[in-house]
Amino acid sequence: MAKILMKGNEAIAEAAIRAGCRFFFGYPITPQTEVPEYMAARMPEIGGCFLQAESEVAAINMVYGAAGTGVRVMTSSSSPGVSLKQEGISYIAGAELPCVIINVMRGGPGLGGIQASQGDYFQSTRGGGHGDYRCIVYAPASVQEVVDLMGVAFDAADQYRCPAMIVADGIIGQMMEPVELPEPYEYKVDTEKKPWAATGWKPGDKKERAVINSLYIEVDELHELNTRLQARYREIEKNEVRYEVYGDEDAELVVCAYGTVARICKAAIDELRDKGLKVKLIRPITLWPFPVDCVKAAAEAPEVKAVLTVELNAGQMLEDVKLAVNGAKPVEFLGNPGSKMPTVEEICEKLLAMSKGEE
Amino acid sequence: MLEQTLFAGFGGQGMLLIGEFLAEAGMEEGKYVSWLPSYGPEMRGGTANCSVVVSDRPISSPVITAASCVIAMNRPSLDKFENTVRPGGLLIVNSSLIDVKAKRDDIDVLYIPASEVAEEIGNPKGANVVILGAYLARRPVVSVDSLMSAMKVKLGERKARFLEGNKKALLAGLELGKVQ
Repeated sequence: MAKILMKGNEAIAEAAIRAGCRFFFGYPITPQTEVPEYMAARMPEIGGCFLQAESEVAAINMVYGAAGTGVRVMTSSSSPGVSLKQEGISYIAGAELPCVIINVMRGGPGLGGIQASQGDYFQSTRGGGHGDYRCIVYAPASVQEVVDLMGVAFDAADQYRCPAMIVADGIIGQMMEPVELPEPYEYKVDTEKKPWAATGWKPGDKKERAVINSLYIEVDELHELNTRLQARYREIEKNEVRYEVYGDEDAELVVCAYGTVARICKAAIDELRDKGLKVKLIRPITLWPFPVDCVKAAAEAPEVKAVLTVELNAGQMLEDVKLAVNGAKPVEFLGNPGSKMPTVEEICEKLLAMSKGEE
Repeated sequence: MLEQTLFAGFGGQGMLLIGEFLAEAGMEEGKYVSWLPSYGPEMRGGTANCSVVVSDRPISSPVITAASCVIAMNRPSLDKFENTVRPGGLLIVNSSLIDVKAKRDDIDVLYIPASEVAEEIGNPKGANVVILGAYLARRPVVSVDSLMSAMKVKLGERKARFLEGNKKALLAGLELGKVQ
């Protein structure tokens, strides 16, 4: 298929449809509104359901309901809206249901601003709502990667019966880049694979009821649910880690960054190579599960002096990087809370200083 | 080749659209491209701009901090983005609407009466494409044929009636860019 020029938000919507998503519940918020706008036009054409809910809370609970029937369902929002969804996301995790949640991140806290940000790293990777749960979190760095990860996210959500999130910063949502779209995939709920799905009772069916629930009053039953969830999370940590490594294998410095910021780091790395400084980038594509082993091994390499984390926030992934490096090498941070994007020059300057052993 | 162009004007002048034309043409030639719009609370008469990157290599950053070229269609755009042009870069000014000269002396500045020329050729809304033509004369990052084809794709069937007028505007702009 030939490449077409597409806006990130529209690519998110089209890729979801091509991954078999037929139910979308959302509410407008900058900078992701093109997702519901596109869905509103496309869903009726293919017999799907688009519904603009009265609020983000309503939208996520509609997702909860649809997910209980086993269909592929998605919602999208931006940071303040995703905060509103947290209760519902926790319920979906507790009820062991698959769904995909898009967060086109903007600056916070509060209503914050409308420009790109990565301020929701903690919220996304630590669960976000109440209770011991996780979402699988993908952080694309290009419009093509958004498209490629959409099918991956729906598949993983189905496989592990948990919410999968795609967190893109506002730039990924607003930018146009050439994309190659996958062939459309018609998803049919298979009750053999999803015996838990509430698909309706027909004469001749078994009498067992499909109960969608996240309330476990008995201590032992709740313990059993949590044990099951944690076992699943360990499986996810084992199987689903994704990352990209860029730059020189024998680098003396390692940079960790994701999303648009990682692209800016690549430009800095290219510039520094011309100046004789070798730097390697580790770009987590899954923020959870975090590429612990990769970061640990890179930091422990004898030629590596230090690690730099660059983020469009006050230093959130920084904590995961420090946990992975575990004191093997110094870990430094460059970034800004809010939406002030770190520049190539700032990153180069910081890395040059680190190479000389300056703080 | 790494071309980082900032198209700036007021809302309605079609700067986002000509940015799309350039990105589409670059893509058709197999180059790497990105198009990033400004979005935010802009007042009427304020600036609407987009950053377009065209490159032979994968694009590191779609965000432009030092532009190879800035196209300013109105005064607020000139004031805001003149300093974004990297030394040795190009600044194109719509002299029909901007009555001041650029302050920088370390860049090339091209004054194009885009709005007047658009009026003259009978396509007053085509000032954006006139200035795009002038840009292309100076920075041939894509071929004229690719750009013509990109305009056709982007206008689509619904706006196909505007294609001829825009082709004329592009050719007029190309001439203006060459003459100076």
